Amino acid sequence: MIPVQAYFVVSAILFIIGVIGAITRRNAIVVFMSIEMMLNAVNLTLIAASSYLHSIDGVMFVFFVMTVAAAEAAVGLAIFLMMYRKKDTIKLDEFNLLKG
Amino acid sequence: MSVTQGIAILPLVILAAFAMGILLINVFSRNPKDEKIGYIALTSMIFVFLSLFSFLGKSGISFGGMISVDIYAIFFYLVFVVIGTLTILASISYVKTTGIQSGEYYALILFAMIGMMLMASSTNLVMLFVSLEMMSIPIYILAGFHRNEARSIESSMKYFLLGAFASGFFLYGLSLIYASTGSTSYQAIARFLSNTERLDLSTLMWIGLAFLSVGFFFKIAAFPFHAWTPDVYEGAPTSVTAYMATGVKAAAFAALVRVFFTAFPLFQHDWTSIMWLIAVLTMIVGNFTALVQKSVKRMLAYSSIAHAGYLLVALVAGNQIGRSAILFYLMAYAFMNIGAFSVLMVMAKKNDYHEDLDSFAGIGFKYPLTAVAMSIFMFSMAGIPPTAGFIGKFYIFSAAVKSHYYWLAIIGVLNSAVSVYYYLRVIVYMYFKEPEGEIPDYRFSVPAVLSIVLAAWGVLQLGILPQNIMAIAQHSIKALM
Repeated sequence: MIPVQAYFVVSAILFIIGVIGAITRRNAIVVFMSIEMMLNAVNLTLIAASSYLHSIDGVMFVFFVMTVAAAEAAVGLAIFLMMYRKKDTIKLDEFNLLKG
Repeated sequence: MSVTQGIAILPLVILAAFAMGILLINVFSRNPKDEKIGYIALTSMIFVFLSLFSFLGKSGISFGGMISVDIYAIFFYLVFVVIGTLTILASISYVKTTGIQSGEYYALILFAMIGMMLMASSTNLVMLFVSLEMMSIPIYILAGFHRNEARSIESSMKYFLLGAFASGFFLYGLSLIYASTGSTSYQAIARFLSNTERLDLSTLMWIGLAFLSVGFFFKIAAFPFHAWTPDVYEGAPTSVTAYMATGVKAAAFAALVRVFFTAFPLFQHDWTSIMWLIAVLTMIVGNFTALVQKSVKRMLAYSSIAHAGYLLVALVAGNQIGRSAILFYLMAYAFMNIGAFSVLMVMAKKNDYHEDLDSFAGIGFKYPLTAVAMSIFMFSMAGIPPTAGFIGKFYIFSAAVKSHYYWLAIIGVLNSAVSVYYYLRVIVYMYFKEPEGEIPDYRFSVPAVLSIVLAAWGVLQLGILPQNIMAIAQHSIKALM
């Protein structure tokens, strides 16, 4: 029997990997993948908590998170496509018009 | 007294029906670039406004208790109707001159508004997350609506990546709160917390609360999470900027106040000490960076950070006046901010947006009425009587003094004095500076003028006769107690 804390630790590690990836990477799609990893770490937390607490709310929450992540992915990829059409690259450093 | 579940979601149903109807009309219409779609979106605002009358003195819950349409939520519905009406009115000619006209534009505005309304009325963490995303995702798209323009694309990309990153934190916060309290409903969380000794609370709970705040601070553009604001606001189409600056801020504050005062009322002392510092830093960063801006649009973006700081002061004060001042100020901010952006929208031409200070030089003599309206908005943002901004700041700082946060009130007033410099500079440019070249001819369409006039009327109305709205705000905030 794996204790519930182990799941929380794994999901926290996943979340941190996601955060580090999102901050350090310079390619828009890799950054977005890291953000998706953060969301999946949350899903793991929710499912572990749900089974530990014997409550259905967490599992239900996960479905909403997945739906929202899918909608976000659709919009995000469209934005990246728009970036690529404009500049032939999706490197985030190339987009630096706005500052001051 | 309560209304049935069906009536409780009536405003949302109307908005959803209109938004989907607009998408369909856009597909089947022979001329999808027609401006009549803008007027259809405007009609939806009227219907939503009328539907609010079915809530007079009543409240309702729906979606299995996940949303509560009480008078607090209704006040925010009213704010969103004001924001939507002014934005759509100002958009009708702006989208035509800048060439971004399409039905989807209005549909997305309405969809985002459904998210805002749900945020103001959600009483459950699941609904809070879904509504936050329902508001944000359409706005990510709207920010990039100038598809051919590099800075609009950049604005959309930055808002999307940082917004998704922040909602990751927000969501992790929600999941930790759920894991440590065992429920997602605000009431159940409050009940659990009141039955638990503080020392028994797990660390997870505190981390969760911190991450939840990160998500909110991002959306309201508070200090350490404000860096995206100027870039996103500057690059997005001006109409969308106006909508973002007012609507998203109002919705995020609505949800923030409801979460903190209904789910975590016992922790007020813990988070006010942190919030105090954030409020001060937000005001300082916003005001002092706004001082050096050359572009009026970017200056308004920094000023929107500063206004988030003033609102946080009211939140820290936490008393009855402070809480109702948040509601009042958000209403006032909607009028004055959209008004100022409407003036910018009138001045925008295709490929030349006239957003810098120099394009304001001398317009006081060529377009006296526009200049008067712009002056009213600038006076109101600076907090000079007899405008809505003055009354709002007066309530906020008096709330801070009443709760014995003297230093907070002093720092706030000093900041407000600093802000006078950059707001009045616009007025100085309009009246006392010779234009460098010929002032271009601006076209004043009827809806754009209407939005400026309505906004100016709102600013003066709330500034001269604030009692009515303040009474409603005070009544609304009682629904949370």
